[in-house]
Amino acid sequence: MLNTEPCQETRAEMLRKIREYNFAIIELALYLDTHPEDQKALCLHREYAKCFKDLTDKYQKVYGPLTINFPCNKWRWLEEPWPWERSDF
Amino acid sequence: MWTYDKRLEYPINIKCPNPRLAKFIISQYGGPDGELAASLRYLSQRFGMPDQKSKAILNDIGTEELAHLEMVGTIVHQLTDKVCPEELEKAGLGAYYTDHGVDIYPQSASGNPFTAAYIACKGDPVANLQEDLAAEQKARATYEKLIDLCKDDPDVIDPLRFLRQREVVHFQRFGEALNGVHEKLSQKKFYMTNNSYGCDMNNTTNNTGNSCGCGR
Repeated sequence: MLNTEPCQETRAEMLRKIREYNFAIIELALYLDTHPEDQKALCLHREYAKCFKDLTDKYQKVYGPLTINFPCNKWRWLEEPWPWERSDF
Repeated sequence: MWTYDKRLEYPINIKCPNPRLAKFIISQYGGPDGELAASLRYLSQRFGMPDQKSKAILNDIGTEELAHLEMVGTIVHQLTDKVCPEELEKAGLGAYYTDHGVDIYPQSASGNPFTAAYIACKGDPVANLQEDLAAEQKARATYEKLIDLCKDDPDVIDPLRFLRQREVVHFQRFGEALNGVHEKLSQKKFYMTNNSYGCDMNNTTNNTGNSCGCGR
């Protein structure tokens, strides 16, 4: 398959970081559900939530929406690949 | 992947519990034409769709059905919450109470537990979308019967009407997706890597074939 992405490396790298931040948020949320008073965990959650929001905003402006809540001038939601399809990112 | 929004798609606040209605409405939770079956059917079928629109619509309707599953569960919960066992038994929920208390258990109105047999995945995009069109009509018909049965309680009818209307919209969108699939399948250079018939019926110049190297 032809590589038509402008900067494949950047996209893969950004998506990897988005996954990492999001996984950290998921893990911290589970922990905080049973330890809501833990200030250190809460502080980490705030940090990762901000990183996640900033990076997903940046990613979506370039590569299209990750969720249907992201506003677009063109409906890029249809663009392939879907997550279940093979790709380099 | 999915994330959870801590809100319902449409608000539900039922003031008067009514286990008799819950016994019927549970069918839209775990019955043959219910929201669980619909969601899993669409989310499973999306992997095999041949064009962008049908992938997107199955993904997005399958996702909305999960929100509807939550709504139906909420209705049943509010209709049975804090109802005493005697009242549940009078409403025909004695057997349900025995096995599940007032938890929300995916079953049909007649008491059959949810089964994967409700999830039709035929390995054929046209057959699958036709199944989905029928499923939306059956769900609409079920909601209309439920609205008839609930006509003494506007708190229950209101969200049921919303859910009924969504079935109508889904039917419309599936119809449009099916038209797109027909167009895609009639293209000369369309290829489908998992089916041998695609190679015989179409121009195979650009056919990349199966990855196993069987030449199909």
